[in-house]
This record gives sequence, C-alpha cells and structure tokens, in this order.
Amino acid sequence: MPNLTPERAKEYWRRNIALMSKLLVVWFVVSFGCGVLLVDVLNQFQIGGYKLGFWFAQQGAIYVFVILTFYYARRMSALDDEFSADDT
Amino acid sequence: MDLKTLTYLVVGASFSLYVGIALWTRAVTTKDFYVAGGDIHPVLNGMATAADWMSAASFISMAGMIAFMGYGGSVFLMGWTGGFVLLALFVAPYLRKYGKFTVPEFIGDRYYSNAARAVAVICLIICSVTYVIGQMKGVGVAFSRFLEVDYDTGLYVGMVIVFLYAVLGGMKSITYTQIAQYCVLILAYTIPAIFISLQLTGNPVPQLGLGGTIIGSDVYLLDRLDQVVTELGFKQYTTDVRISTLNMFAFTLSLMLGTAGLPHVIVRFFTVRRVKDARSSAGWALVFIAILYTTAPAVAGMARLNLIETMEPQRGQYLAIDKRPQWFRNWEKTGLLAFDDKDGDGRIRYNASNTDNELITVDNDIMVLANPEIARLPNWVIALVAAGGLAAALSTAAGLLLAIASAISHDLLKGMLRPRISERQELLASRIAMSFAVLGAGYLGLHPPGFAAGTVALAFGLAASSIFPVLIMGIFTQRVTREGAIVGMVAGIGVTLFYVFQHKGIMFIPGTAFLGTTPTNWFLGIEPNAFGAVGALVNFVVAFGVSKFTAAPPQAVAQLVHSIRAPDHSTLTQNALVAAPSGQPL
Repeated sequence: MPNLTPERAKEYWRRNIALMSKLLVVWFVVSFGCGVLLVDVLNQFQIGGYKLGFWFAQQGAIYVFVILTFYYARRMSALDDEFSADDT
Repeated sequence: MDLKTLTYLVVGASFSLYVGIALWTRAVTTKDFYVAGGDIHPVLNGMATAADWMSAASFISMAGMIAFMGYGGSVFLMGWTGGFVLLALFVAPYLRKYGKFTVPEFIGDRYYSNAARAVAVICLIICSVTYVIGQMKGVGVAFSRFLEVDYDTGLYVGMVIVFLYAVLGGMKSITYTQIAQYCVLILAYTIPAIFISLQLTGNPVPQLGLGGTIIGSDVYLLDRLDQVVTELGFKQYTTDVRISTLNMFAFTLSLMLGTAGLPHVIVRFFTVRRVKDARSSAGWALVFIAILYTTAPAVAGMARLNLIETMEPQRGQYLAIDKRPQWFRNWEKTGLLAFDDKDGDGRIRYNASNTDNELITVDNDIMVLANPEIARLPNWVIALVAAGGLAAALSTAAGLLLAIASAISHDLLKGMLRPRISERQELLASRIAMSFAVLGAGYLGLHPPGFAAGTVALAFGLAASSIFPVLIMGIFTQRVTREGAIVGMVAGIGVTLFYVFQHKGIMFIPGTAFLGTTPTNWFLGIEPNAFGAVGALVNFVVAFGVSKFTAAPPQAVAQLVHSIRAPDHSTLTQNALVAAPSGQPL
C-alpha cells in the first residue's frame, strides 16, 4: 500500500478535526451547558419526576456521551475506509 | 446460613476465580506483560477498562457523596464519564496508532527528549501512587467490615491476590481478571439498586424509578425527597449547587481532563489490535461504566430518602434509641455511624443544624455498603456487595501498579539506564518492579499518609494538569518543543500541588496549610480538588509560551505527528518509525 499523498492526508485530518469539533460542541452543551450553566433555566421543565437540568446533570449527559463515542468510532471507520480504498 | 459464612463463600469464590485466571494466563513476552499481547477484543477491553477505571471510590463512595450533595454531586457523574469522550476522540486512537508500550515513551519520542520522558514518569508515579493508596485502603476497609478480620490482615490478603496475578501475568492476567471483576462489581451494584427501586417506586429500572412516583401514591420521589430534606433544614436536593457554578464547572472539567490523562487507563487501549478497535473499545468502556454511573444517582436519592425515613419514622417523631434497627447497631461498631442524644430525650434528632443534630456521624460510604441492610435485602446480596467493593478496589489497584511497574522497567531501565538489556531481562525487571510496587502500595496502605482520605479526586487533578495537556499538544500541534513540554508539565503539576498544599497542608500535614483551609482564600472560589482544571490551563499556556522562544522541533517529530494522524490502513507508521530508538531524534 502506498502512502497517502500529502494533500489527501491533509484532507483526512481536516475532516477528522471537523467531525471532532462538532462532537465537542455537543459534549460541551449537554454537560457544561445543560448540566451546569443553564441548569436553573432547564429546571423549570420536567421529564417525569426529574427537573430537566438535574436530569441532564445526572442522567442525560451520560447517555449522550455514550452516543457521541460510538458515533465518532463509526464515522471514523468510514473515513478510514474511504481514504485507504483509493490508496490500494 | 449466617451472613458471615455466606460472605466468606462469595468473596472466596470470586478470589479463586481471579487466581485461577492468573494461573491460566501467563505472560511470556514483554508484549504480553505490557499490553496483553496486543490482541484483546474491543468489547472485552471495554469491560476491562471499565473495571480498571471504576475504583473503590466509584463503587463505594460516589453514591454516598451524591446522596449528601444532591445536585452538586453531579460533578462526579459528568466528570468521570465525560472524560471518556475526550479519551476516545483526542487521546486513545493516536496513542494506539503510535503503537508502543507506555505513555512516557510517547512523550519521550514526541518531545525528542529523555528528560521529558523522565518528567512524565515522575508525574505518572505521583498520580498513580496517590490513586493506589485509596484502593489499598478500600481493600483493607472492605475486609475489616464484611469479613471481620483486621484491617492489616485484609490488606495482606489483597496484596497476595494482586501479587499473584499482576506479577505472573502482567497486563495479560490483569486484563482477564478485570473482565471477571467487572462482572462481579456490576452485579453487586445493580442488584441492590433494582430491589430498592422496586420497593420504593415499583419500577425495576432504577434510572426510571428515580424519576417515578412513590409506590402507592402519585407524589414524585424527587419531589418527596426535596420536601423532606428542606423540612430538616438541608438545601433542596435537586438544586443544591456545590459551592458555586464556577466551582462545579472547574471540578467537572478537572475530573474530565484527568480521566483522559491517567496513564493506567490510556494503556488499556494499547491492548487492542487496530486503531479502529481503540475507538470502539472506548465506546464500550463508556457503556459499561454508564450502567453503574446512571444507577448511582438512583442509589443516592433512594438511600437518602430511606435514611431520613429511618430517622424520622413519623413526621416530627424522631427515631427512638431503643427502637433503632439492627443495621444501625452494626454500623455503629465501625464508627461510620454515630449518634449522641444531646438532650437526653431518648430519640435521635436528625437535621441540618450544627447544634441540636444528634446523628453526629453518617459516613458517605454507608449509603452503598449498608444499603442492602437498610432495605432488608437477603444476606446473599450483602455478601455480593462485599465482593463487588473488593473487585472494584483490586482491579483498579492492579492497573495502577502495572502503570507504575512499566514506567520503571520500560521507561527508566530499558529506555534510559540500560538500553541494551535483552527482552528476557526486561521481563524479569518488570516483574521485580511490579513486586516492589505491590509492596510499596501495601506499605502505604498500612501506614496511610495523612492525605489518604479523599485523594482520588486529587489524582485526577494531577493527571489533568500534567499528562493530559502534553499529550494533546503532542498530537495536535507540531510546534510545541521539548523545553515547552517539560516546563509545562512541571508548572502544571506544580501549581496544582502548591494550591492543594497551601489549603490542605504541606503533604496534608495538619497545621501547615499556610493559606487556611476555608473557602475565603480560595482562588476564584475554586476548591483544591477542582484545581486540576486551572493547572491544565497553566500547563498549556506555559508550554506554548516557552515553545515560542525555543528552537522548533526537528523534522523527525513532524514525521511522527503525521504518522499518528494518518488513517489506520495507511502504511505511514510502521516502517519509518518503529526502528527509531525512543527518546532520541529520529
């Protein structure tokens, strides 16, 4: 297998960074955003017996974290395949 | 069968399992010893990572801390899970791609300097030793409470078990025992939670039960909890902020960065075959962790409610001393629960007041450990909780000890002092280093230094301020230099330690806290345990600053950075870099 050309390697890295940045925004919003900074605002709403801000801090953020990690793994595998397919 | 016999049986069975695994998996090569042969299935590695990382603090203490902090306890929940997102995105895949054995080794190569590697080893040892003391204590305490043996005896038994599998099998045995330990600890955590949720809310899923209504009524459990705690003068459970919003922010961030920078967790991702596996493995680890972490708030809220209802069986009528339940008497013996009938009315008043509250000690740890007894669950559940607590402590201790041992044998000895030793000699050296690490940890467990209580959060702060930033800068920039990294690490960990010492005492010796232990002198109102986030910031700023004024890294570093960033299937990595001796310009 030949190496990626420098342009292709750059493109791969650019897309990786773009994906990471998006996910990092979500990561920040669900934990520091909904769970800490906006907690009082969200606490005006309820889901079941949970105040919404409290729910994010003790449940919701964790569920979103799990989804984020798997989503990243899946998207990166696809990206890896895309960039190695045209190499071989 | 009585509880003690049953506990001996359950704990004995779990220990035989761990020893059996140790005898079955032996490390033959250094690759076995450091990275379990590098061929662990990502789901299994996820399970092992979960056990590696969830310590006695997660299992025994966390729910209790949340129970008494309410909403403020969320910092542990978000911090200790959110860090895995950082680990999965920013650290694990690239270090796996780099493809060697230890974290300091990467730092030495990326920063083309044995000095950087040595500083990383020192930071690693400071973080890991801080962390391991808590685990050894956890082992001793669990033994003495459940098996009614001496604390010391319990500690020796724990040391022998860890010694057997960690020294013989290194990472290989540790991996398989951690998988078994995960199964034990997660059963031990969720089964009592399910029972208690059923009792209180009729819902078998604790995560839903906490948001549900109290059985036989249409009052939400959390509303009831808010009501009873405020009636007793405590702050409202669901909105009780820990010190300040800024402090909660810093504390959460500190735990997150620490999670992504603790070497014993990072090396777990060296044991899978491909970079792809490292990414998905982090996801699985988080799933396995999330099972416990989403259950913990339910355990916390329900245990708090149960405690209050025990203390105040009818509104305004506190628990009569001669009517206190058996579990109450049992836990009094351990000193974790104590009352003082100040007004001599024969009842134990419980409220938030400093003056007339008569339940003078309720240790956090009781909320998990005594939970099955409070809920009158069968004895086998109590025995299982004992085995679970031990599994959590032992699995984390083994992972930490391996990180310490490989830093000594691989980074210090093979990497710097005696590069010419053969693989067999290195393997022997790593076993010897491991033996000393076990003995050292045991010694610290027997003679815990003053700071042993509550050190786990500190270990995260130290990792956040020293190792995490240099890894991130090493992967995501090429400009940060050897000098920048070294000064950055020293500044980051230095600032954090200094801040902790000035408020909690030098080496935690009481009376040496020269700036006072009270919040009035805290920088921006940030508590010492949350200061790792500030230390990390200092590390980043100093490293970038120093790099501006020092010569750019050699060309080979650019090559290394390119190679770890390249897609998995590309051949950029292996050929060019494997041959380069670590710590020297490639």
